Amino acid sequence: MKLYLRFMGIHFRSSMEYKASFFMLGIATMIASLGGLLSLTFLFMRFHTIAGYTFSQVLLCFSTIVMSFALSEVFFRGFDRFEQIIRGGTFDRMLLRPCSLIGQILFEKIEFNRLSKVIEAAVVLAYAIPRSGVIWTADKILVLILMILGGVMMFAGMFLLFAGICFYTLEGLEVLNILTNGSENFGHYPVSVYGKWMLRFYTFIVPLACVQYYPLQYLLGRSDRSWYGLLPLAGFVFTIPCYCFWRIGLKHYKSNGS
Amino acid sequence: MIEVQSISKTFKVFQRDAGMMSAFRALFHRKYTLVHALNGLSFTIQEGEIVGLIGPNGAGKSTTVKVLSGILVPDGGTCVINGRVPWKERKAHVKEIGVVFGQRSQLWWDVPIIDSFTLLKDIYRIPETEYQKNLAELTETLDLADILKTPARQLSLGQRMRCEIAASLLHDPKILFLDEPTIGLDVVSKRSVRDFIKKRNEEKGTTIILTTHDTLDLEALTERILLIGKGRILLDGRLEDLKQQYAEGSNLEDVVVRLYEEYHL
Repeated sequence: MKLYLRFMGIHFRSSMEYKASFFMLGIATMIASLGGLLSLTFLFMRFHTIAGYTFSQVLLCFSTIVMSFALSEVFFRGFDRFEQIIRGGTFDRMLLRPCSLIGQILFEKIEFNRLSKVIEAAVVLAYAIPRSGVIWTADKILVLILMILGGVMMFAGMFLLFAGICFYTLEGLEVLNILTNGSENFGHYPVSVYGKWMLRFYTFIVPLACVQYYPLQYLLGRSDRSWYGLLPLAGFVFTIPCYCFWRIGLKHYKSNGS
Repeated sequence: MIEVQSISKTFKVFQRDAGMMSAFRALFHRKYTLVHALNGLSFTIQEGEIVGLIGPNGAGKSTTVKVLSGILVPDGGTCVINGRVPWKERKAHVKEIGVVFGQRSQLWWDVPIIDSFTLLKDIYRIPETEYQKNLAELTETLDLADILKTPARQLSLGQRMRCEIAASLLHDPKILFLDEPTIGLDVVSKRSVRDFIKKRNEEKGTTIILTTHDTLDLEALTERILLIGKGRILLDGRLEDLKQQYAEGSNLEDVVVRLYEEYHL
């Protein structure tokens, strides 16, 4: 673990070699993600509830998923950018080191500038928590934390999946961003507003509803099924098949160039 | 001790026409050709040898080095190095080897060389005293004292290559793979790299496997040569014998050219 902190240190120092770029990227990320928040606000200036959810309740949903995505981008960026790691030959180098591959990939790219998005999400969350009409008890706070962590793991799983595909091909992978960025955008609202089929897709294929819609029902007291509060664990479970897929892909690694 | 028994590796090379439509179509249906990079490659290398892998571009030299160093998993065949299969016991295997790719860096680009070295010390879990000893030795023999505090990106190619070699030897590996270590270097740097490699082999008995296109490298370093072509070993012999057999004069370049011609490479 100490070693990985060293890795992190070296990357932090590297990114500090380009200070201006670091802060500009941080600010740019924040402005870009403000777009989602603004459109949500405008929508609620016209309609006061959407499918029975108030502004603050949707904000709760919005901020947890934005935070999950931003955190996963900070810590699991290496898998999201695995294509570059392979293309640049960095992965060859990782294979030559007597350390865990996952650890090396995680610490290869830590995007500290995405922390600006985490902060933004935290501010929105702080605004939404007292206004959402949830009666906050210890277990509900725990569920909220679980929602965020489950979301982080869900996105991490998707990144792992894409990274696994990189072992087979490096072409046309941009298309896959539809799934991650799409899930984040869909996640701004409780998934049920998109209809039954979307809800099913995001329950059984990608567990977005499990980290967002179902536990939200529990938080808001809309459902008396208290096990809904534990569904965010599906985000953790989701990473298992993704990891297996990545491991299988590893055997097919082709390296590149001379 | 390295034992390679009929390993093979096939790559699928995808083909795609230019343009948006074909990019989209390629998502569902791809055309590809099979390239047999290695096709039943076998050889044995004893401890303490210096072996030169030669062969034209695309012959499979780098693929061989990548299989031996555990980067690639071959489709078939066996490979045992110091009693281990490289891709099955990756971590234990890589602790005992050092690899230098002439066209790639293993140093962290933006930080001073010494920081990269310290990190490697932690990566390989080199004990402090041993690390200090090796570092002092390498700094002296490779003449690194003045450049240790410079970030890798600001070094000249020759300086960087010396650092790369030092980086691959900090953990005292038994086997050193050098993939075109002198590529792009000036004459003086080439000579100092060669001298160092030779000395390392003589003093520490490090097994060295070298791929190169530079015949002077071969002349200065290797006794044994493996000619790789079309994914297999075409010739395994001593440099001296080859010279006598293929060229009346002593020009090794002519020997290599004749070898390539003879094997239709």
